Formats: sequence, structure tokens, C-alpha cells
Amino acid sequence: MAKHTLSVLVENKPGVLARVSALFSRRGFNIDSLAVGETEHPGVSRITIVVDVETGFLEQVTKQLNKLIHVLKIVELEADASVQRELLLVKVRAEAATRGQVIAAAELFKARSVDVTPDTVTFEVTGNSDKIESFLEVLEPFGIKELVQSGTVALGRGAKSMASLSRYVTPS
Amino acid sequence: MSTPVKAPKPGPQAAKAQPARPKAPKPAPPHGTHVAAPVLTGAQAVVRALEELEVEAVFGIPGGAILPAYDPLLDSTKVRHILVRHEQGAGHAAQGYALATGKVGVCMATSGPGATNLVTPLADAHMDSVPMVAITGQVASASIGTDAFQEADICGITMPITKHSYLIRDGADIPRVLAEAFYVAASGRPGPVLVDIPKDILAGPAPFVWPPRMDLPGYKPTTQPHGKQIREAAALIADAKRPVLYVGGGVIKSGAHAELMELAELTGAPVVTTLMARGAFPDSHPQHLGMPGMHGTVPAVHALQKSDLLVALGARFDDRVTGKLSSFAPDAKVVHVDIDPAEIGKNREADVPIVGDCKAAISAMTEAYADPGKERLKTWWETLDDLRGRYPLGFEAHGPDEPLAPQHVIQRLGELAEEGTIWTTGVGQHQMWASQFITYDEPGTFLNSGGLGTMGFAVPAAMGAKLGAMDRPVWAIDGDGCFQMTNQELATCAIEGIPIKVAVINNGNLGMVRQWQTLFYDKRYSNTNLSTHHSEASPRVPDFVKLAEALGCVGLRAERPEEVDEIIKQANAINDRPVVVDFTVGQDAMVWPMVPAGVSNDEILYARDVRPSFEDEGEI
Repeated sequence: MAKHTLSVLVENKPGVLARVSALFSRRGFNIDSLAVGETEHPGVSRITIVVDVETGFLEQVTKQLNKLIHVLKIVELEADASVQRELLLVKVRAEAATRGQVIAAAELFKARSVDVTPDTVTFEVTGNSDKIESFLEVLEPFGIKELVQSGTVALGRGAKSMASLSRYVTPS
Repeated sequence: MSTPVKAPKPGPQAAKAQPARPKAPKPAPPHGTHVAAPVLTGAQAVVRALEELEVEAVFGIPGGAILPAYDPLLDSTKVRHILVRHEQGAGHAAQGYALATGKVGVCMATSGPGATNLVTPLADAHMDSVPMVAITGQVASASIGTDAFQEADICGITMPITKHSYLIRDGADIPRVLAEAFYVAASGRPGPVLVDIPKDILAGPAPFVWPPRMDLPGYKPTTQPHGKQIREAAALIADAKRPVLYVGGGVIKSGAHAELMELAELTGAPVVTTLMARGAFPDSHPQHLGMPGMHGTVPAVHALQKSDLLVALGARFDDRVTGKLSSFAPDAKVVHVDIDPAEIGKNREADVPIVGDCKAAISAMTEAYADPGKERLKTWWETLDDLRGRYPLGFEAHGPDEPLAPQHVIQRLGELAEEGTIWTTGVGQHQMWASQFITYDEPGTFLNSGGLGTMGFAVPAAMGAKLGAMDRPVWAIDGDGCFQMTNQELATCAIEGIPIKVAVINNGNLGMVRQWQTLFYDKRYSNTNLSTHHSEASPRVPDFVKLAEALGCVGLRAERPEEVDEIIKQANAINDRPVVVDFTVGQDAMVWPMVPAGVSNDEILYARDVRPSFEDEGEI
């Protein structure tokens, strides 16, 4: 088993996310993370899916995804040939005694404080999953009150784009 | 609201028949070059679109949400609506129609329970790649999501069992969505498409443009195979010493039977046809070894097992064919042709994957094949011919005072049938015997539920097939269990003038389940006796002859061997009404050969406790 990041361009139609995620559960594939958003063209969305599967299964899931009528294109983004980022919001205990240490730790990870109370600080940080994990490890001793993580979003490195979206758009 | 006006006559490009592999309708001319679209009601737009798509038959039942669509349907002179008795019947009838004609089958139902009753046929059509469009009414747009009366999220429910589905939100989309639905259903790997239309959209205004511009940027089925892979495949076939053409339903779907014949005769390779492909290659052809799989012939199963090259054509390595996958055809290289890329490598790795339409791929392989002569296949054929001689399909005949052998009945049905007869079946023992003991020489003559295994398929599918081929006899071979699931459609057949023939192979039991109980559950017959036989303890419940008569059909019965032929001839002669024959047969007959579930095909049993011998000539 290994983690794979799939970037899936889909038509921005009702139900498309349900179709994609239902396909994973139906075929018994687990989704590690999933992020959806609009692209430079409003008719097209990009779904970034991280799955933990064997290569054979990955091929099967890619082919099954391709069968969905609303799926336009699928590319696997290899870790070293792409930029992969997650967003973390974490609310950590930071009383007077520990506040300085907490903020120092956050600075190391280039985290921004986005909300402060007398007892807590909430940080925002982006990075790949290793960085996010390390940051959480550092904060752990201070007491994490709650956190939320986005799914991974990713783009291939280099000048090329995954697809020219204009070819998928019907001229009106 | 604007008044509906009559639309102008469609252009010539709209009047083309819907072929099995349709081309996309030409897009509408750019705006400004045509007159303003006439505004119909959504319901009128649906019916007009069906007319433009050359739909001749719709199977369905009206209800609250779909009601508006039924009003203009009453006036259509082109679309005939068949009022069925249960929506499941509508769905299977649409499948039968599609399979018999090669066109898209259409069924229609209302929201909620009407739509959910279509779930089984949709799943069935999805598994067996049957082109079908289901149109369902939905509660009004404003009520969606409120748990309104007869509301069901049918798009959500059927998502995993349809090729695609639509919930229409704007009346102007109706022509485009229906054109897309028919195109998607019939092209590439065919399948069912659901179109769900809220009641207010049906009742509201719908500008009607035909032909509409389809918008399917993510749908481009690959039909033309890759030349390099075709050459590799042809070279492998020429090198193989033990090749087998493993033919699946895709060959029938693509209409590639003539191409298959050419390739088979050119290469001299043995051919096996799966349950979905019966008739794709003539049973009477000397290169045909029969059906492979759980109840396949010994030579067909053995040929796959010992092959050094499987040429899979529109087949999908289903577990009922492969048995235990890890021990299936261990020495074989695989050439796999399929129009669905996801089938290739799904169950069995392919050495030469060929994505494309079977017809194109098979004729390209034939063209690329450099014939090395058939000498190299001599040993292979000697082995297979020997198995054919020693392990033919057969059954224990009944004695004069014994109950009828079901296989005998089915064999005689086949032998006494008119040429061109179409057969449908339910699921179970009778289905396997119908596959084994009737000779299929033409594609599209054996229609059954292979993938989903839907009991009750036979009668409604026969109704649809008959409507699509009124000039041909249609026999439904059914079991007493299956028949009790969908026989209500005989009322439809009687009233609508669809004279199908039904042979109920009545063994009084859920026969296939009983067979497994006999073999694997120590003869503990839990809940398999259906009491459709006459005994001292109880009369026949139901009496199929009386039931047939009550449904407006002719009811006949054969219980004794000497009655069989006479009754079949009587049934064959009735062409003005549906006819049902209760063939009361023995309950102990079993389907052989058999590969028990989950074991290797090497463990095939020719009959109970009889393992064929493959190595030692002449020994059992």
C-alpha cells in the first residue's frame, strides 16, 4: 500500500462529488483526503484525492473514475513532481506561562496566529502532510484543544498545465 | 405561459434510425441561423424528443409525478406505450426489446415507488450492458428534499447501477438530456441511463430545439483499437499451440459475429461462448466447444484451463467463468479486447490489452494475422475432441413412469421450435439447461440475466423481445419460482396483443438452491419447496394452467413423457394469444457439469462424484 495523489478535473455539475466519492466506497477503496474547488474556469472543478492503495487498485480506480461521464481528466501527481499542500487550523492552549514557547514553535513552522484568547492561540499553517504532522507533534505537549485540516491540494511542477480547460467548455 | 405550438418538421439529419453504435446527432446550427425554438410543455418536449429519437415503444405505468408526460403520449402516433402491471416488468421489457432489436429500450415510471421498482432492471441492465433509458417522474422541484409524498432520490439510489443519470432542472434541457441519454446508453459499453424529471418541469414551458447540441466533454468511448496491439495479438495467436477464443457478450453487442466467424475459421482456434454470448458463434460449428464456467461443458472449461493463449473478446473474466481466479488458466497469455478499459486487467492481467469495439478489433486481427497453417493445433484439437467424445452434455432420461426430465423438455422445445425463435429465461437450473440443451446458431436469440441473475427476467423480457420482433416466435423458459415473480405481465401481453409463449419448468422448487442443498447442505431442504406440484397433502398452488387462463392466456400442461411433443406443437401453433405451458417435471434433476463455487476449474464434476480424467485416456 502506498499513498497516491490523484488530480481529477470534473464538470461542475450537481452530484459530481457524490458520484466520485460513491465510486470509491462502492469499490472498497479508502479515501485519505479529498479537496474540491473551482478552477480557472467556473464550469470545471478540480478534485484532489489522496488514496492509500496498491498500484493495481489505483489503475482500476482511475479507470472506473474515467468512466464517470462528468470526469474530464485524471492525472496522478507524484510527490517529487508536484507541489502538495494542506491547510491546518489548530487551537492550542497558551496560558501566560507557555505562550512564549508556543509562539516560538509556531514561528519555526511559519504558522500565523489567527485568533487569540487569554488561554489559547489559533494558528493557521500550510505545508505538505509531513510538515503539518511535525507541527502538531511540537504543539502536542502544550495541549491541542481542537484542530481542522483540509484535504491535500496539489499542482504539477513546471510550466505545463494538466489540461487546457477551454477544450472542455462548449462555446455558447 | 406561452401556448404550445406545433414544431416545424425536423431536418433530415434528425430522421436517422438509432443504430446500435449511434453517432452523435449533429449539433444545432449556431444561434441566429434558425427560427426561434417553439415552446412546448416539458411533457410535450419529452414525447417529441422520443419521437425524434425514433422510439417505437415505451413500457411504463403512470402515476402522480409522471402524469403530465402521459397526456401528450396519448396523442403520439409514433410512440406506442405499453401499460405494464409492475414497473419491474417495464424495465425488463425494455431490456428484452433492446436485446432483440439492438435499439435502446425505454421504460417510464412515476416518482417514489414507481422509480424504486425500476432499480432491479436498472441494475440488471448495468451488469449485462443493455442499452436502456428510464424516464421517471419526480416530485415538483420545490418539494425535492422535503420527504414529499412519493419522493425518492432515485438518481442517488441508482448512481452505482446506471451508466449515467440526470435530474432535469430546466425544461429547456429536455431535448439535450434525452439526446445525450440515448447516445450514452447505446454507445461505448452500453448501459442504462436514468432521466428524472420533476413534475413542474413536465408541466412548465420547454423551448424545443432539435437536434440539440450535446454537451458531453468527458465522454469519448474508444472504439478504434490500437494497431500495434492488434499486430501483437495476431502474432501471439499465430504462435499459440493451445489458443482459445473466449467470446463474451460484447461480441453480440457490437454485432461482430460475422467477423468472429472469419477469425475463428482463419485461425482454426477453438471457440467458447459465455452465457452472455450464446449464439455469437454457432453451436453447430465444429470449432465450438460450448459454454465455459460453473456449468460449462467439460471441453470448454478444460480448453480455458489448459490454454496457452486466451483471446478474450468482449468478455470480462467473471467469477462464474473463471472459478477460483488464482488457478484459472495458469499457463495462458491473455489478449483482452473490450470497449471498456476498466474491464481490462480488472480480474486478470492482460498481456495484450486492446481497448476498442469488438467488431473493429476482430476484423483488424483477422487482417493482421499471418496464417502459419493449422498443423500446430493438431495435438490441441486431438485433446479437445477426445474430451468432446467422452464428456458430451447429457442428462439422465426419465423412465416411462418417472417424472419428466426437465432437460428433455427443454431439448424438445429447442428441437421443435421454428427457425428464428428468440428465447428468454429466468435464473436458475432452467436457465442453465436452456443454455446447454438448445442449439443457438444466431446472435440475439438467447436473452437472459447473466450478471445480476435476476429471477423473474423471462416473462417481461420475452414481452419486450416479442414487441421488438413481432414476426418471430418468442419462448420464455421459466422456472416455477421465477414465474411467480413477474407473471403479472402476461396480463399485459394478453391485452396488448403480444403473444409470447412461456414454458414453466415446474419442478415445484427453487431448483438451483435445492441442488446446492442436495450437494452442500446435507439434503436439508430449507425453504425451497414452492408447493406447485399436486400432492395428496395439497393441490397445486398456484395452478399454472388456471393462472394462465385467468391472465387471458392459453394454459396447457404436460406431465408425462408422451405428452411433451404434442403439447409443444400445440403451443407453437398458437399465435394469437400468449400461451403458458406447465411442464410438471421431477424435482431431483441437477445441472451438470458443475464447478463448485470458489474452487478451481480443474475440479469440474461431469456428474455427481464423477471427475473427468484429463490425463489418462479413456479412464474415469
